[in-house]
Amino acid sequence: MSSVKFGIVVFPGSNCDRDVAWVTRGLLGCPTRLIWHSESDLSGLDVVVLPGGFSYGDYLRCGAIARFAPVMGSLQEHVARGGYVLGICNGFQILTEAGLLPGALVRNANLHFICARVGIQVERQDLIWTSAYPQGSPLTLPIAHGEGRYTCEPDTLKQLQDQGQIVFRYRPPAPNGSLDGIAGLCNPTGRVLGLMPHPERAADPDLPGTDGMPLWQSILQSFAP
Amino acid sequence: MQFQAQIQIHLRPSVLDPAGVAVQSSLHQLGHTQVQQVRIGKHIRLQLEAPDAETAQKRVGELCEQLLANPVIETYHIQVDPIAA
Repeated sequence: MSSVKFGIVVFPGSNCDRDVAWVTRGLLGCPTRLIWHSESDLSGLDVVVLPGGFSYGDYLRCGAIARFAPVMGSLQEHVARGGYVLGICNGFQILTEAGLLPGALVRNANLHFICARVGIQVERQDLIWTSAYPQGSPLTLPIAHGEGRYTCEPDTLKQLQDQGQIVFRYRPPAPNGSLDGIAGLCNPTGRVLGLMPHPERAADPDLPGTDGMPLWQSILQSFAP
Repeated sequence: MQFQAQIQIHLRPSVLDPAGVAVQSSLHQLGHTQVQQVRIGKHIRLQLEAPDAETAQKRVGELCEQLLANPVIETYHIQVDPIAA
């Protein structure tokens, strides 16, 4: 199996960075580099992960301040070069604030911080993120967020639907009130993925639930020669 | 010249404001059933140096577009007042 080079961006307030590293380095044995938000060197990386957490305390809006971190300029270049980006939870929020993914994530409809294992549907299996998921199998993945309700303008939603950019949906009803049940989406090229569920928290066989593991295995398989 | 800017930020009318809905429901339970359209937003106050009020207004608009508001989901209203020396 090929060795995918992972980078994990660490913002002040990130708290899932080491969980991601445990999967990519600890379980998959891939070279993994933690990148402090003030750094700008993303050279040699295949996949850059923006992890979950509360970057900059979620002040103003989730991800609003993180998007101006020095590393984000390099991330834009990484995307322009055709690099892969995975934003999980707060990372997804940062990607929308940065304009790398459309729409926004706002307060859950019931105003609760939801920490639960929820049903998820994979809507596309032809991406490097999802190819290892069996067709049509419902997943259970953990979510933990207060601002995960996806919203966008009707035109944008139509575009997401028409171009097949919706990658994950909550099994109805969406626990956070997300528009069209959206739990995760990609950009038009499919190289940038953002999702609210935590695949890194459902990957270690020593812990309950491993439905996140195929996402990581998909990446490895896609890079295999 | 020093100016004080007051910025009100709200979710766009098309975006559900669950906190506003909850507060409206609470007001109704207290008997204030005439209350409608409760929206909860943010109020940001800041001071800035600018040659005139028009320029100050324009600069604050730029701050809103760049960072203070997210135009995808929010609208903003700016009021600029000169600070007496």
